[in-house]
Amino acid sequence: MTATHPMPPVTSERPEFRLIRAVAKKEIADAVRSKWFWLWAGAFAVLAVILASSALPGSQVAGYGSFGKTAASLVALAQIIIPLMGLTLGAYSLAGQRESGALRFLLSHPISRTEAFWGTYIGLAAALFATVFGGFGIAGVLTAIQGGSADASSFVRIAILSWFLAISMLGVGLLVSTFTKSGSSAIGTSIFLWLGLVFLGDLGVMGTAVATNLPVSALFISAVFNPVEAFRLAALTAFDGSLDVLGPAGQYAVDTFGDRLDVMLLGVVVLWVVVPTSLAWWRFARGGDV
Amino acid sequence: MISISNLTKRYGKATVVDDFNLTIEQGESVAMWGPNGAGKTTVVRCLLGLVTYDGDITVNGIDARRRGKAVRSLLGYVPQELSFYDAMKVVDLLDYSAELRRIGPERVDEVIETVGLTDHINKRVSELSGGLKQRLGIASALLPDPPILLLDEPTSNLDARARDHAIGILEGLRHEGRTLIVTSHHIEEVGMLVDRVVAMEQGKITVECDPTELAEELGLRAWLHLILSNGSAPKALDALRTEGFEAKMNARGVLVEVSAQGKGEAVATLQRAGVVIDDLEVWR
Repeated sequence: MTATHPMPPVTSERPEFRLIRAVAKKEIADAVRSKWFWLWAGAFAVLAVILASSALPGSQVAGYGSFGKTAASLVALAQIIIPLMGLTLGAYSLAGQRESGALRFLLSHPISRTEAFWGTYIGLAAALFATVFGGFGIAGVLTAIQGGSADASSFVRIAILSWFLAISMLGVGLLVSTFTKSGSSAIGTSIFLWLGLVFLGDLGVMGTAVATNLPVSALFISAVFNPVEAFRLAALTAFDGSLDVLGPAGQYAVDTFGDRLDVMLLGVVVLWVVVPTSLAWWRFARGGDV
Repeated sequence: MISISNLTKRYGKATVVDDFNLTIEQGESVAMWGPNGAGKTTVVRCLLGLVTYDGDITVNGIDARRRGKAVRSLLGYVPQELSFYDAMKVVDLLDYSAELRRIGPERVDEVIETVGLTDHINKRVSELSGGLKQRLGIASALLPDPPILLLDEPTSNLDARARDHAIGILEGLRHEGRTLIVTSHHIEEVGMLVDRVVAMEQGKITVECDPTELAEELGLRAWLHLILSNGSAPKALDALRTEGFEAKMNARGVLVEVSAQGKGEAVATLQRAGVVIDDLEVWR
């Protein structure tokens, strides 16, 4: 036996921001390389531009100012596309890495699962930020160039809310990926959830309301319980200040919460960001098999 | 330096590692040898904290369960397959690994040169051959200049030439005084790389011995393929069978079954019978 190799200094177990940053940078670079990311970003931007063009002054969409019309259209677009983007990105992230062996490689380094999780989350949240604000940005610039001027701040608020929706769905997707072994089952589960949240949730609440004569308060609470609906309500109040389009449920909300309605809705959206992500972190960090 | 006590790992009802005990001294190189499913890779994953387990593992006195980051800072890990991060360039993957270990770019250049990847740094991982991927795995493991290297089936997916190259690199690392833990199911590779072999089956240690004694300890048999001069095969068969060897003819010579350390005896038998051996190979 030859002389033994020297021992390096022992690493601390304290979370290190530099490790979170390294993983986040890698996730952003992966997103930039991914054709799916560009497909989502491109689809969102193209649809946003089409909606912005169709809502310009002189077009036949009635009801709001130029930015308002564009924003209303974008809310409808965002509530369908953004949850799918966030869910699939989050669900595939950990499950896909686990399936390929990449997660094992990453965690063989002196990095904790907490650092790996938050690095992944922050990187993907940044990628979603670029997609959402890219889409809204292009649509906003186009609307401004064509003469739209009012409600620009509401437009920005809706873009921020859309990003919140994106990262809440990212958290749900990551939670899914802590339960699933393969990337394909994670994607399948996330698509099923998307259908539930975007279509079945809405129809389910309406159907239940009709079938059971649900009181308006319960109808409103059921709607808020769905993060996509919570986003839609928060976005509607952001650029119109009212929920009249929701009929009695909207009236109930305005009557009950008054000026605090937008804060309450924002709180619900933020809760949907915090709770699933925290649960996903807790499940991942407590150390199951990789 | 590495102490594994009463290690048990279960997946559902299946016990993959069963009350496994092993101590490895600093600078020692040890192989865990056994068939697929013996539990070798699972022991490595327990050491790295990648899976939950019962029992205790300490590395340099540090509890691997409670202080996983500290333990992993002492380890370099070469995975069985580098089939991930396919879209990344070689240099980017190493830079990423270096960043996770707080290592500067000059060290990345150094290990690239050590493992002979200089001409491939701008290739994507997916463009690398099995041998080059293995070198990349070794390069990543060497970045922190770790005192302990964990090599999970380091040559399992390589052709003969790439295997020779990889073994050359690993022999060099062994002589630098690092502690090497190698999992393998290739008995020849084990003989070349380690001081001690732990043979495993169904998650348990069956034999612990010097690598040169492994085949004998396990009662392993080999086939000696002897390529003979034209027409001498029948004479060779007669001579071998007379001495009690099991032998049979094939297209290019004869095949004779031998014990792990009885190859010379078969060759000597043929020499005594005046049979000229043109070439020979060992088949396991």
